[in-house]
Amino acid sequence: MAITTAPGITRKPGRPAPPYPPGPRRASLGRRVRDNLTGHAFLIGAVTCFAFFSWYPMVRGVVMSFQRTRRGVTTWVGWDNYERILADPSFWAAWKNTLYFTFLALVLGYAVPFFVAVLLNELRHAKGYLRILVYLPVMLPPASALFLFKFYAYDPSDAGLFNSILTALHLPTSQWMQSAEMTMPAMVIASTWMNMGGAVLIYLAALQGIPGELYEAAELDGAGIWRRIRHVTIPQTRLILALLAMLQIVATMQFFVEPLILANGTGTQDSATSVAYLIYQHGFFQNDLNGAAALGVIMLVVLAGFSAAYVRLSAKQD
Amino acid sequence: MAQDTATRTLISSAQLRRGRGRIVYWTLLTVVVVGFTLVFVGPLYWMVTGALKSGQEIAQTPPSLFPRDPQPQNYVDAWRHLDLAKLLFNTFYYAAGALVFQLVLDTAAAYALSKLRPVLGNLILGLMLATLMIPAMVLVVPQYVTVIDLPILHVSLLDSPFAIWLPAVANAFNIFLLKRFFDSIPEELMAAALVDGASPLRTLWSIILPMSRPILGVVSIFAVTAVWKDFLWPKLVMPSPETRTISVGIYAFSGGTPMNVVIAASVIAAIPTVLIFLIFQRNIMSGLTTGSLKG
Repeated sequence: MAITTAPGITRKPGRPAPPYPPGPRRASLGRRVRDNLTGHAFLIGAVTCFAFFSWYPMVRGVVMSFQRTRRGVTTWVGWDNYERILADPSFWAAWKNTLYFTFLALVLGYAVPFFVAVLLNELRHAKGYLRILVYLPVMLPPASALFLFKFYAYDPSDAGLFNSILTALHLPTSQWMQSAEMTMPAMVIASTWMNMGGAVLIYLAALQGIPGELYEAAELDGAGIWRRIRHVTIPQTRLILALLAMLQIVATMQFFVEPLILANGTGTQDSATSVAYLIYQHGFFQNDLNGAAALGVIMLVVLAGFSAAYVRLSAKQD
Repeated sequence: MAQDTATRTLISSAQLRRGRGRIVYWTLLTVVVVGFTLVFVGPLYWMVTGALKSGQEIAQTPPSLFPRDPQPQNYVDAWRHLDLAKLLFNTFYYAAGALVFQLVLDTAAAYALSKLRPVLGNLILGLMLATLMIPAMVLVVPQYVTVIDLPILHVSLLDSPFAIWLPAVANAFNIFLLKRFFDSIPEELMAAALVDGASPLRTLWSIILPMSRPILGVVSIFAVTAVWKDFLWPKLVMPSPETRTISVGIYAFSGGTPMNVVIAASVIAAIPTVLIFLIFQRNIMSGLTTGSLKG
């Protein structure tokens, strides 16, 4: 009964009929598991890993955020951890920084890759080379890339890479990580350099899917390059643009290595602290794992809020 | 000239070949090639040569483009003082183990979900995919607590390579990539194997896996680079100096070590992933676009 497709007819992917006959329709779960023992044996390793390292920690994180462990005794403390976390002045600084970083990263890390991709898509030569170049920094271990920025690019003396360029262009130099105002932009620049390759490649793939006739028609209607970008390129890549915006927000809101390595964690006057760094600091320096768990839950709620808003917005557009 | 003159983009090829368009195109191409090389390779050049400069030369203005008196000693110092051989070996060992565990367990799971259709398979897949929605930072604390005292078994995985290998298996993205690929393999092949009396394991080994080489390559590269690039997790679960990964080791030493030596160590740490990339760039790029577009 399982294999009834006539030869030559390909089934739709995703819903193939079971090749191994399933048991009687209403057999018990145990019975059905026994009938397909191999299938379940193949799953067991991955499922165990998910159970131990993803599913269980998820539940445990929420539970932990309402508990407190003192001298080995764990008690239920309700919203205490949340109250303590909210009372910490660094909490608000960290959120302010995180939102600022996310905003800058959206402007830079989101718009720049798109225009780089549009530009690369127009070039008829050296495409492979340019693609490799853009993706190269993604392959560096973040610690390597960030030490490069920390010691060379953001060297506050005139010998630093960026400062020498600024001097050569007769522009004022900067203290970079040592100035509270430049901390965030400097971290975003480093982070964009490190991570933009992935987005560029995804946009390039999306751009290649745009039918050429659309551009042709727009051109015949007298649309210049900018109007062609606005009325053809952007609408045609809208879904990918929206998806990557979402991913970018979720990824940048968790920025952690940048403050840790570039700014020794907090930077001058908490100018670099991020929520993720605060989780790390509470959990592993202040020995406050419960507070860190509460922070994690807050972050999860905020990010889920973003996702929900995104889904609603994109549903409205369709 | 270009191999794909047929595909029309924002600006037509005809326009680019004509008079002013041609001049603009070639100027732009030169600017982009030079600019991108400076932006993306320039800093790497600075890093490799900077590590060869003396402390004095580093601090001088304007900075020198070539090290005047190259000091390979910095690289030697980095190798010796930071015990990079040990750190590189650790990282390699974790990456290789994560690769093996992911290839075996994730492939088996994806095969089961795609072809063997176990009970509750779709629910399990859904629960796996749901983990993609959970930001990594949110899970770090409860995951750490779990690893130091594993439920039921009550063992601590601290400083054990399993603390990196087993969580790496819980990778919904890889399972999804593999499952999608297996879904595209026709049922008829499975049916034919069944008629021939092949067991599911045999079918996986002799039919499915040989057909899946491209996707297995992509998953392998992702698995290895993920371990090589990871920072926070190995920092937490490998606290001893003997078990550190290279990134964590360099970070731990960065405080009291001369800048040039830290940079030299960073260069050495970057070589393996950059090499992997240059060798497998075709696979990496295709894997990236197929994975993300359809994910």
